[in-house]
Amino acid sequence: MIPGVDGFMYPNEVELQWSLLIVLYPYITGLVAGAFILASLERVFKVDAVRPTYRLALLTALSFLLVAPLPLQLHLGHPERSFEMYLTPHTASAMAMFGFVYLWYLTVVLLLEIWLEFRAEIVYLAQTTKGLRRVIYRALTLGSMNVSPEARRLDDKVGYIVTVIGIPSAFMLHGYVGFIFGSIKANPWWSTPLMPIVFLFSAMVSGIAAVLLLYVASMKVKKMAVDMRCVDTIAKYLFYTFCIDFTLEMLDLVHRTYESDESFRSLDFMVHTRLFFSQVVLQIFLGTLVPLCLLAANQLWRFTEKARRAMYVTACSLTMIGIFAMRWNVVIGGQLFSKSFLGYTTYKMAFATREGLLPAIALMLLPFAIFFVLVYLLPPWQEPEHVSAPAGD
Amino acid sequence: MFRDSGHLIRPAVVLLLGLGIFLAIRAAVVPKGFGKYGHYRPQALALIRSKPISFAGQDMCLMCHDDQGKARAAGKHAHVACEACHGPLADHANDPAAHKPVLPDVANLCRRCHEKDAAKPKGFPQVVTAEHSGGVLCNGCHQPHNPHL
Repeated sequence: MIPGVDGFMYPNEVELQWSLLIVLYPYITGLVAGAFILASLERVFKVDAVRPTYRLALLTALSFLLVAPLPLQLHLGHPERSFEMYLTPHTASAMAMFGFVYLWYLTVVLLLEIWLEFRAEIVYLAQTTKGLRRVIYRALTLGSMNVSPEARRLDDKVGYIVTVIGIPSAFMLHGYVGFIFGSIKANPWWSTPLMPIVFLFSAMVSGIAAVLLLYVASMKVKKMAVDMRCVDTIAKYLFYTFCIDFTLEMLDLVHRTYESDESFRSLDFMVHTRLFFSQVVLQIFLGTLVPLCLLAANQLWRFTEKARRAMYVTACSLTMIGIFAMRWNVVIGGQLFSKSFLGYTTYKMAFATREGLLPAIALMLLPFAIFFVLVYLLPPWQEPEHVSAPAGD
Repeated sequence: MFRDSGHLIRPAVVLLLGLGIFLAIRAAVVPKGFGKYGHYRPQALALIRSKPISFAGQDMCLMCHDDQGKARAAGKHAHVACEACHGPLADHANDPAAHKPVLPDVANLCRRCHEKDAAKPKGFPQVVTAEHSGGVLCNGCHQPHNPHL
């Protein structure tokens, strides 16, 4: 008997091919899409209450987007070969096409929107700082110091258009990640057309929760007051999105249970044994039901500011854990059972290896380091009211 | 109007510049004619063709070993190519005297296909070799070219 294997497994199923890093990949991409969609609430849907998190959400999205491809490159080895995807793209490959979606989203949507949003700030800092910072800001101005009211009005208009384009792009970015799993017809755990939409809504949930946490943490660090109207509104949208996400996941579950195809007994057994902790305890109970109850309670009753803040932070932290558990259950769970439906294997996580826990922790910390640098370079806390008079183009 | 919109041209220029650099790199590094016959470089065909041939092909084997060919055609191994068991023998076919083939290691060769495995189709002949013959080599009982007893 092979250790960790119960029942019958085909030889190529014993060892998992997609590891912890592949769990991180949809998790990180989801945070990007979610953060951007939260930012678009203010810009496109005119939800003014979330204005204090608008810039923060954009910087959060960029921090995570820069790290999003790294788990894949580390998993595959030879990161330099990923460039081949752009040089000689195979149009029938969903992974290859993702490279272009990623590049489009990074350059045309996110970088452009951030540049337009922060331009006044960049110009001001290019005029007032010294040394290396001045060089960086001058480079970031792209040579234009024009921040006249008319130029800023145009920035706002173009920024709006970019956000409108950005919303379907964000949907595409993360819907595609769900598509990668949902289109694997050989795997009944993954193969469902609901997968892209489930991934999308869970992405929005995790992104909104991440921005709320980052906002509250930033305010704490900066010793600034938390705008409770903003936090209440974000929590309200988080609740709505979470309801849709939970409904979709339950729809998938009910459909599978009622349909009870040939894979059902095997998958059901797996959920009750190997995935019990990560799926039932972490994902459904702690990661979904508890935060949903906390958020719902705030829609029904009025709590004190302190209590609300504590409830939101708890709900969002649990949500982040729950969505991570969801990604884990999809990626790892989908590889634990045999296609023969007669056996189960075990995922043994390594520690200090290329795909072990250590690089996964490092990859999860990296976006926060990038976020720290971005926030240092482009402080998102206040509106650029102090910008100097137009200096011409 | 253009005075206040001129700055918007700049990111577009940066993007176009990036695109231009990318296209220049692409033109320089992607092999000429890539994709002409499929998702590969056409030069690969000549490169593969230039490699020495290892397998003679069974038509070549049967030119001299017709008797073995007839025995095989009558049995269950009719569709197993000669070199699947004997290994690549183009050198032997080119110069039979200089390159004498080594007989296959029967103890390990047969079990590659016939060792019992639940993943194999039920109708496929398979045995637990450790229990099947008590140490006697397969070709002690089976004639490899026509393995029926």
